[in-house]
Amino acid sequence: MRNVFLFLKRYSVFIFFLVLQGLALSMLFSYNRFHQTAYGMFSNEVAGNVNKRVNNVESFFTLSEQNKALRQQNAALLSYLPSGSVIPDTSFQLVADTVAVDSLKAYRQYQYFDAKIISNSVFLQQNNMVLHRGSAQGIVPNMAVVGTGGLIGTVISVSENMSIVMSLLHRQSKVIAVLKKGSGLGEVSWDGKDPRFLVLSKIPKTVVVKKGDTVVSSPYSDKFPPGLPIGYVEKIDQDQETNTYKLKIRTAVDFYAVQHAYIVKNLLQEEMDQLKKTVIKE
Amino acid sequence: MSLVFKNIIRFIFIMFIQIFVLNKIPPLHQFIVPYFYFVFILWLPFKIKRTALLFISFAAGMLADMFFKTPGLHAAACVLIAYIRPFLINLLLPKEATDWGNEEPTKKTMGPVPYATYLIILTLLHHFYLILLEWMQFGSFLYFIGKLVATTLVSLLLIMITDLFLNRKSKLR
Repeated sequence: MRNVFLFLKRYSVFIFFLVLQGLALSMLFSYNRFHQTAYGMFSNEVAGNVNKRVNNVESFFTLSEQNKALRQQNAALLSYLPSGSVIPDTSFQLVADTVAVDSLKAYRQYQYFDAKIISNSVFLQQNNMVLHRGSAQGIVPNMAVVGTGGLIGTVISVSENMSIVMSLLHRQSKVIAVLKKGSGLGEVSWDGKDPRFLVLSKIPKTVVVKKGDTVVSSPYSDKFPPGLPIGYVEKIDQDQETNTYKLKIRTAVDFYAVQHAYIVKNLLQEEMDQLKKTVIKE
Repeated sequence: MSLVFKNIIRFIFIMFIQIFVLNKIPPLHQFIVPYFYFVFILWLPFKIKRTALLFISFAAGMLADMFFKTPGLHAAACVLIAYIRPFLINLLLPKEATDWGNEEPTKKTMGPVPYATYLIILTLLHHFYLILLEWMQFGSFLYFIGKLVATTLVSLLLIMITDLFLNRKSKLR
């Protein structure tokens, strides 16, 4: 017994080292699987608050670009207003209304929450953002995040007032995407080299691709609204080993200057999840 | 100014530089990431207790992790260099570290060559471990080696510049 204590005393520093090392590594390796940890909650709030203060100053430097992007979006939205369109003159035509129920009435699937980006990075290999919206505002993990130009990322962790978003510029980010014209189904990821470009792979060579084609989110995704721009084809590479293209695409959102985002809630998500569960059970 | 107070101020300053200046720099290349915060551990006084050193490094690493959003990654690397640091100092300096009082490692207290060796070995070790852990999650061997070399050079450059500017006070040698 005495020897055990002597041993512990002699190697106490080494044991302390091993304990701290183990603690750090266990945090690191459990983080990738379970994003929601007690540490995550705490650090979200602390780091988020500090970042918010600095961001208040920093946001002045990109104001003009933000204004421009918002003006463009406003213009796009204004064009949807009824006052912007003219009703065709039908007074001299006979129109028989045979449908009693308004079959054209749409119901809402996606709800948008406005959120301010309080911290963002582009220079790391695993780039995340912090948004100033959290569980108190109804945000849950796995929601889509879109910017003024297009897709930004996915919510991965939520605390009371902040949420962490895995941006498209993350080595582990994978988004199913289609070409707007050719509609070949592919996968958008990031090779970690240049934050202005993403990589679209798995598009079959049978699809005709041209430079400048728009890459949009897939209609089969259950979290991203379909048809949302992700990027524009910049360079076309033939993958020699497989029968697919490897396309270099320019991001639709300027990740250097992005400051505001919309978190998208899929109102049919719960129903979809339940439906999926019944299939998996059987 | 008391030693503890001085180090706390330095810690806040270094962290501020890392998070709000260096992290905001537009990326030059995939391999170049300016890591600087760990220099705080290299500049702690000689006579600090080893368990205290380990604990402080762990806390510093965790704080850096909060802003890098990689829980444990930087903490693990910091704890490693904190563990190696006393052995390296004993190896590089003939005297016992306890005689040095409140001095901290600088060019003057250690001599230029041992100080440079001390910086290079610990920086390399920190980055090696950090990028190795990152490599385990993604990336190729070329990524590992390239980033190791590039980040180490950038970090050493940053430390050199800071040393020229800061002129930390020391009386020995």
